[in-house]
Amino acid sequence: MDSVTLKKLKEKFSDSIVDTHSFRGDETATVKKEKIVDICKFLRDDNELLYNFMMDITAVDYYGREPRFEVVYHLYSLKYNRRVRIKVPVPESDCTVDSIISVWIGADWFEREAYDLYGIIFKGHPNLKRILLYEGFEGHPLRKDYPVKGRQPLIGPKN
Amino acid sequence: MGIINSQQSAVGSLQSGEEQVLGSSVLLTKLDEIIGWGRKYSFFLYPFVTACCGMEFMSLAGPRYDLDRFGSALPRFSPRQADLLFVVGTISHKQAPILVKIYNQMTEPKWVFSFGVCATSGGFYDNYATVQGIDTLIPVDVYVPGCPPRPEMVIDGLLKLQQKVAKEKWSDWPRGEAPVTQNQNLKIKI
Ligand code: SF4
Repeated sequence: MDSVTLKKLKEKFSDSIVDTHSFRGDETATVKKEKIVDICKFLRDDNELLYNFMMDITAVDYYGREPRFEVVYHLYSLKYNRRVRIKVPVPESDCTVDSIISVWIGADWFEREAYDLYGIIFKGHPNLKRILLYEGFEGHPLRKDYPVKGRQPLIGPKN
Repeated sequence: MGIINSQQSAVGSLQSGEEQVLGSSVLLTKLDEIIGWGRKYSFFLYPFVTACCGMEFMSLAGPRYDLDRFGSALPRFSPRQADLLFVVGTISHKQAPILVKIYNQMTEPKWVFSFGVCATSGGFYDNYATVQGIDTLIPVDVYVPGCPPRPEMVIDGLLKLQQKVAKEKWSDWPRGEAPVTQNQNLKIKI
């Protein structure tokens, strides 16, 4: 059974929704990356949705699959006590997605984190640089092809 | 956990003829010993607390386990005033230069206490982010593994350190800066 959120999303963005999933109130929509900012704005502003709290942005590396990456957004509506998960597939060849800072300013550090650890470029982010690791670190360690023993110490031996 | 009778090493061995002559008004001992005895009961520790082990450190320093009983009650938050570096928790590669800097800033004589398995060997964080044991960076005197270690273990470690300090000689100091200090690959200023 589709909930309000998924139904409204499907009505409004029928060409951009790749897939939806709903199980015991746990809702997910997979959408095309070109539309992510519009979709977020809609989810935030529509009177029956009001997803005013951007809880988390993260990414997944499905190594060996195409598109390889997925950026995952978790949203929460304080008004209706509802949650939704938006997934955006991102291919390795064009590892970018539009930044949603213009919608929720709180996305800033989450996008930096996803960039730092997965190397996904958030277009339009005002300050996209590493947040957890240090300047000079090479590669993105949560990618599945980062070597397990890949150590880059600032001081002392590699071990 | 053994309780060490502290008076013994410095004072107890003085059943010599001189003492019998001089009575209890004069104390004869070796300078090394009396200084070691003084040092081991007056650690000023610097808690370099970075992770969950810090909770256990708090219970250790609090009234129940009461580090004050062992003469190391007063944490100093300036390395220049401290002589016992307590490394409590996970040390990441990003933080490693800071740890080395803190160690170098401490005045000698100084000792290092590795609190918990993360500081000791990296623990289960065998990954890109974590230093695999602080002894790759600075000299360590006592290792106390455990995740986190029980306060009793830490106290036992502290008593072991006291035994070690009591046996030290003048010639053991100074040790100088940490050997890795020159081996930096810093691209940012800390
Ligand atoms: S040893 Fe365990 S408790 Fe201590 S910092 Fe590491 S993970 Fe945390």
